[in-house]
Amino acid sequence: MLQTVLEAEAVDGRAAGVRDLHRAAYRFMLQARLLDDKLAGLYRAGKIHGGVFLSRGQEALSVSIGLSLRRTDVFAPLIRDSAGRLAFGESILDSLQTCMGSALGPMRGRDGNVHRGRPREGYLAMISHLGAMISVVNGALFARRFKGIKDMVGATCIGDGGTATGAFHEALNQAAIEKLPLVLVVANNQYAYSTPNDREFACRDLTDRAVGYGVAAHSVDGTDLTACLDVLGRAVASARQGGGPQLVVASLLRLCGHGEHDDAGYIDPRLKSSPLGRDCLKLAGEILLAQNWASIEELDEWRQEFIRTIETVVARVQREPLPDAFTENWSAISVKNLRETYDEI
Amino acid sequence: MSITYLEAIREAQAVALRDDPRVFIYGQDVGAFGGAFKATKNLAREFPGRVFDAPISEDAMVGMAVGAAVEGLRPIVEMQFADFSTAGFNQIVNQAATLFWRTQVPCSMTVRLPFGGTSGSGPFHSQSLEAIYAHYPGLIVLTPATVEDAYSMLLEAVAIDDPVIFCEHKFLYYHLKAEKLPSEALPVGKARIAREGRDLTIVAYSAMVHEALAAAAELVPEGWEIEVVDLRSVKPLDTDTIMASVARTGRLLCVGEAWPWGGVTAEVIARVATEGFGLLDVPPQRLNAKDTPVPYHPNLWAAHRPAARAITDAARKMLRL
Repeated sequence: MLQTVLEAEAVDGRAAGVRDLHRAAYRFMLQARLLDDKLAGLYRAGKIHGGVFLSRGQEALSVSIGLSLRRTDVFAPLIRDSAGRLAFGESILDSLQTCMGSALGPMRGRDGNVHRGRPREGYLAMISHLGAMISVVNGALFARRFKGIKDMVGATCIGDGGTATGAFHEALNQAAIEKLPLVLVVANNQYAYSTPNDREFACRDLTDRAVGYGVAAHSVDGTDLTACLDVLGRAVASARQGGGPQLVVASLLRLCGHGEHDDAGYIDPRLKSSPLGRDCLKLAGEILLAQNWASIEELDEWRQEFIRTIETVVARVQREPLPDAFTENWSAISVKNLRETYDEI
Repeated sequence: MSITYLEAIREAQAVALRDDPRVFIYGQDVGAFGGAFKATKNLAREFPGRVFDAPISEDAMVGMAVGAAVEGLRPIVEMQFADFSTAGFNQIVNQAATLFWRTQVPCSMTVRLPFGGTSGSGPFHSQSLEAIYAHYPGLIVLTPATVEDAYSMLLEAVAIDDPVIFCEHKFLYYHLKAEKLPSEALPVGKARIAREGRDLTIVAYSAMVHEALAAAAELVPEGWEIEVVDLRSVKPLDTDTIMASVARTGRLLCVGEAWPWGGVTAEVIARVATEGFGLLDVPPQRLNAKDTPVPYHPNLWAAHRPAARAITDAARKMLRL
């Protein structure tokens, strides 16, 4: 499998070789996890307004998407893609500014937590309606092809529950019709909020759906970083080379609540103790150590380095101005002379 | 040589495709077939690679247009009927309408909605949905009533950096004719005085402008001079022109083909009542469709929507006050 990663040249030149690829992946996963820990702490301390949604247990899958893409590609991450966002090139600053509502962040306090992006840079900001981002990625790819761009991939993520939406169906069918280089990654984390798989779909496996849409399918163990890097690398390469849409279904377990307000008491304890319930970050660390790709001291140095970075950025963002209702530009449209005017007392 | 409302829409799209390489058209049957109403007739042939048939997936159609707009293109999405736009509603109101405000990236796209009642079309091919789109922040909602406006406002819609819901009335498609297309026009956001008068202001838009004009003509022999304001754009709403007209006449009747609860007529009356209460000599009134789905049979349909006779009756009552 490792050999396949190398042979397929699936991951572009940023990470040369399996060792460096795993090290890079682990570093992003660790950053994402530590960022999650910090966000959870800030939430409990009342420093974050609104919800906090963590990515615990989905880092191996998510980082593999981000690392397989090029920065010039299109990426529409979903709720648990903290690692993939970092790997695609998002800064910790963007993330913390959005979560903490800084007026200087990309969303300027107008939207929060996972609803962030820089669309002009191919990094789309999700809306909450599941499945809705897939056709938007299709549109970005369609537009690039319209402009004559050939070398491109667009990736987006969804959960097992999101596959039950009409938007998912319409968009995957649309991508297949247009033969777009779309990589649609389903993180089957067994629960849509509290609803188990058997109340969301009745097919044997979500990859079975690919046949119906006429798209390629891939399955992967979402707790296994090596497998995720390999499968996502191949799926992205295949899309880039003209293989059309790729549906990737990863099996894993969410190792946290839907949001930090949720204690996830509904998760079957048997799942937690099954292979699905393993912590992908811990497993990835074990791979690095077993392969001699990193030492235990190095892993600890990385951890300390990231904690320092995160603390520094948090301290910076805490000093940044918050949005101000009095200076806010309360207009939802860009064309100034078409703004609606209401007489206010 | 004359040109219909429908042909004007086709011509505007041809001009947009010709003049702006960022424009493309996406919708069901819009390609070689030329659209269910032929609003894109021959465009696929004249502009190869610019007009694309879409699957029957309104949600994905609009989502695709949003993605293309993010990449700097200017899509025109044709909904086969306005009624079906509800299947793409989420992408319009939550994706397209919020994009600029959330991300500072304008979402330049036009969604064409062939809307409004025609005899025999029934509950699902007749709806007037301008009010629900106008309700959402982030959208421009246009309702041209004339051939000239259908042409010039569609061209302007494509040029606007924000998402535009372009409501084109199916009843006007073939009936309405003009001698030629205009070379200049009032800008979007300005209402038009369709007929000058001094006794009562009727505010209307789209097909109802013509019913209002017919009612105004009917009242001439009785000595009444009715002013008719054609809103042209329901969002933004040109409150100044409405207020100036009411200042002249002291009487306001609003006419809309949409359902009565909330909506454009309610909004116009709310604006005048809050900002210009002192201008009113009599209580403002409104006429809308009945609060039921749009009926199929002509006997019912003709009574369901406000037509010239109902407008005349309502105007007479107000004029006697």
